[in-house]
Amino acid sequence: RVAMSIMQYNGSAVLAMKGKNCVGIASDLCFGVQGRMITTNFRKTFRMQEKLYLGLTGLATDVQTLHERLEFRLNMYKLREGREIKPSTFASVISNVLYAHRFGPYFVEPVVAGLDDTNTPFICGMDLIGAPVTPPDFVCAGSNTEALFGTCETMYRPDMEPEELFEVLSQCLLASIDRDALAGWGAVVTIITPEGSFTRTLKGRQD
Amino acid sequence: PPPMECIFGLVGDGFTLLVADASARRSVFLYKQDEDKIFPIDEHKAMAVTGEPGDTTLFAELIQKNLALCTLRVGVPRSPHATAHFTRAIMAENLRRSPYFVNLLLAGHDKDEGPSLYYLDYLASLQKLNFAAHGYGAFFILSLFDRYYRPGMSLPEAIKVRTNPAISSLLC
Repeated sequence: RVAMSIMQYNGSAVLAMKGKNCVGIASDLCFGVQGRMITTNFRKTFRMQEKLYLGLTGLATDVQTLHERLEFRLNMYKLREGREIKPSTFASVISNVLYAHRFGPYFVEPVVAGLDDTNTPFICGMDLIGAPVTPPDFVCAGSNTEALFGTCETMYRPDMEPEELFEVLSQCLLASIDRDALAGWGAVVTIITPEGSFTRTLKGRQD
Repeated sequence: PPPMECIFGLVGDGFTLLVADASARRSVFLYKQDEDKIFPIDEHKAMAVTGEPGDTTLFAELIQKNLALCTLRVGVPRSPHATAHFTRAIMAENLRRSPYFVNLLLAGHDKDEGPSLYYLDYLASLQKLNFAAHGYGAFFILSLFDRYYRPGMSLPEAIKVRTNPAISSLLC
């Protein structure tokens, strides 16, 4: 058995980027255990609302648990408030949930991407205890964030149209996960625009 | 985690095949060779367990009996999908209290879902798969099945894969 950090037990990569009146979020598709691939259709981005997506990297069991918990909380919010949640509010909810477990955390690093009610793009990334960051350009999370940051920093430019954003997001993610032994086996990319969203599956290097 | 015995399963044309080795061992000692690791949940579902010796039987029986109770209360058995998520929920709840060191495969058949196989590891990561394996045997089985498995295999074909010498040797 190889000694690995708990955040790298399963391996993952999620990336979110802002465009011109649109956001994109992408993840790899691998579910593996300490480097051994078990399945290649474990997507780590979840549709929470029509224009709000959540990406979760880290330990797969916590990805599943947290997704279920947050979906429950979102449903309760919708029932109580009678409306959909704003992306920034949702990010605060996640931050709160994670910090509540400060000394026994969920081993996840979430990424939130969405359009708020004025269709302004919003992205947010967090560490495993809920420290949020809302940069103006892109957010990366996963087992090899160094690679993700590298490609994004190079290839990102502001105000990209949806198709352009899709292309840049895909290429950044694929290039980075090719350098990560634990993540990969394909990718799924979602672009959210005021008119709707589209999701495409990419076939990358199958290793 | 203790040394793991081998269990594996595959989904075929209208059926799910679940296989478990029959040995009960502790390091170099082989206690028995007729251990039954497959626990029926009901007529159309079964669970093969491996892992920490006491936990396996305890957890399997816990799930078995709770689901039997559910069926008695509701009158209709749970679908394999619901069963798998129920099992995962129990495991995930206990993960940060008193974890069950149990790896399991849940095989089921449903009118709506058809045949299904769910992989659940001891950390409560659940995946629905066409074929899966636990234990050191998984290192070999996953690659062998990548080569020999096709979706929609017939039962004779599946048995041929199961009796492939490489796979059989993993089960002794």
